[in-house]
Amino acid sequence: MSLEIRNLHARIAANGTEILRGLDLTVEAGKVHAIMGPNGSGKSTLSKVLGGHPDYEVTEGEVLLDGVNILGMEPDVRSRAGLFLAFQYPMEIPGVSNANFLRAALQARLPEGEELEATDYYARLYEKMDMLEMDRKFTARSVNDGFSGGEKKRNEILQMLMLEPRYAILDETDSGLDIDALKIVSHGVNAMRGPERGFLVITHYQRLLDYIVPDVVHVLVGGRIEHTGGKELALELEAKGYDWIKDDIAQAVSA
Amino acid sequence: MSTELLEATDQAKQIDIDRTAGNFSYPEQHTFDAGTGLSHATVDYISDVKNEPDWIREFRHKALDVFFSKPMPTHWASHDLENIIFQNIRYYLANGQKPTRSWEEVPDDVKKTFERLGIPEQERKFLAGVEAQFDSEAVYSNMKKALGDQGVIFVGSTEGLKEHSEIFRKWFGKVIPTGDNKFSALNSAVFSGGSFIYVPPGVKVKHPLQAYFRINAENFGQFERTLIIADEGSEVMYMEGCTAPKFETATLHSAVVELVAMKGAKLQYVTVQNWSANVFNLVTKRAIAHEEAEVKWIDCNIGSRLTMKYPGVVLKGRKARGEVISIALASDGQHQDTGAKMIHAADETTSNIVSKSISVGTGRATYRGLVHIPKHLKGCKNNTECDALLINSTARTDTYPAITVRGTGNSSQHEASVSQISAEQIFYMQQRGLTEAQAMSLSVNGFVNDLVRQFPMEYSVELKRLIDLEMEGSVG
Repeated sequence: MSLEIRNLHARIAANGTEILRGLDLTVEAGKVHAIMGPNGSGKSTLSKVLGGHPDYEVTEGEVLLDGVNILGMEPDVRSRAGLFLAFQYPMEIPGVSNANFLRAALQARLPEGEELEATDYYARLYEKMDMLEMDRKFTARSVNDGFSGGEKKRNEILQMLMLEPRYAILDETDSGLDIDALKIVSHGVNAMRGPERGFLVITHYQRLLDYIVPDVVHVLVGGRIEHTGGKELALELEAKGYDWIKDDIAQAVSA
Repeated sequence: MSTELLEATDQAKQIDIDRTAGNFSYPEQHTFDAGTGLSHATVDYISDVKNEPDWIREFRHKALDVFFSKPMPTHWASHDLENIIFQNIRYYLANGQKPTRSWEEVPDDVKKTFERLGIPEQERKFLAGVEAQFDSEAVYSNMKKALGDQGVIFVGSTEGLKEHSEIFRKWFGKVIPTGDNKFSALNSAVFSGGSFIYVPPGVKVKHPLQAYFRINAENFGQFERTLIIADEGSEVMYMEGCTAPKFETATLHSAVVELVAMKGAKLQYVTVQNWSANVFNLVTKRAIAHEEAEVKWIDCNIGSRLTMKYPGVVLKGRKARGEVISIALASDGQHQDTGAKMIHAADETTSNIVSKSISVGTGRATYRGLVHIPKHLKGCKNNTECDALLINSTARTDTYPAITVRGTGNSSQHEASVSQISAEQIFYMQQRGLTEAQAMSLSVNGFVNDLVRQFPMEYSVELKRLIDLEMEGSVG
């Protein structure tokens, strides 16, 4: 069981600029993989391409979710197949309450004609909200509308807890969070770790990985994974920056 | 008698898929038919058939002359109006002039029509009274007995003007004069059907009264005339729904609705308009609110080819209050030209206009608002909010507010916004497992949510269902 990315090439549909250039990566169920990398290396593009964002075109490669290629699927089909994206910039949906939105998302996973049981739904929702220390009033507020950066990120994690994906991609979930919020969010993620589920945590800073401790750390540079190591690699990157990896690549090319 | 159902076959076009609920018709069998075209003879035919008093006959003839003399208002309105060929329309089609009080007595075909539209069921569930109009005349009209005992009158206009003429005549044509506009003149000449309601002083009608307007015949014009009088301190809510099958040719619906709220009365008028996309819907609606009275128009336009409708309130008594809550959904090929008029004519009157429109595909939504507060008045307030949502880049919205506030101590507040559902929002919702159509529906429902909450429960459910259907069609 894994989320397997094979030789993935993707470009911006509007202007043809290639961003991902032969990316290989396998996230096994039960593992947490982290991706770090300098600005512009393709981290956010990777999460959007995996989600099926229409701004990007895949020109080569495969993405196998437990053996099934998801690249031809609509974003909603990928979601229902078990892929979740925690957005770096979650969208606001005015007038649609959080409770209704999550309910619709869960309803979409049920077979035709089957109705979500409201009592169970709210019981689960409140349980997860308590875990993330969210106020009950939150259910009636519009999705992300007027939320602070921290509230938005917490909401992403709540959605993940409710939808129980098989593979979750967290795109810079730590950005905009103070240390208390970071702890709460990490607690939510850690509560979901288990042998059935894989995580791909995209981050700029090592700090997040103190709380969500990864099994594997990758370095993304120029649209490819250039270096892979254990959790200590994150500390090394924090201390030394990315230049040494870039230098390694340059040497390899000139050799 | 054939009861065979003639399903409209033209469902290939996307826009028709959304209207299947009302898109069926039964073969016509009319005992009374004024024929095609419009002349003074048409007016006489209608007056003869209805066996009307002379004052109404004269009123009609004068109105027809006014109609002929007035030009089409295309200097400000849509040129699509020029596509109405008045001589190709049939102005009166009916099987009789007296509605039954029991569904059992309604002819089978007509009864089946309303059963398919769910009217008898709604009546049993939550309505205090129902009138069902089929083409030109009401076929069914009934009200809970308890209301009749309290002196409430709820009948068709035909019956109203004959049997309650002392009240009817006092107010008829007073809120909206014949010459108000070309279409109010047309209605005044050939009107038939519609409701007449009188609520005596202090009577509070708890459940809504409903009228349902159905066009069944092709090349037909429906011209109902509604007059509602809420006497001092009374309360009433009236709801109207309407549908028609999708014919190849254009159909005309041109109603006049006059409301009178006496001192301290509360009157609410709710419309959910879902005409098929070939109907020209040109309606004049206005209320007079006396001292401390409250009039609220809740107006929802989903169907029709072109709707032009600007419900108004003349705030005639001190501390009167007027409100227009309006939702318009313009899909491919539709133009919803709607808005509100608030005429302040007394001190301390307040008015509130909230309008939301959604334009999809090549749909066009226009808001026109008129707010008038003259110099000599004190303590008047108006609030106007109009928000437009565009679904595609081909959709269009226009806003024409005309607000005149003079004098000191009067105030008006106006807010307008245009927004678009972004590809990023849709992607976000799809990433959570909703299909594109579900994502669109959810956003649109979110946009109108605060207004829909003001609708009676059964109507807000219906409205949500209609929006879902429209969005499915638009995503295709």
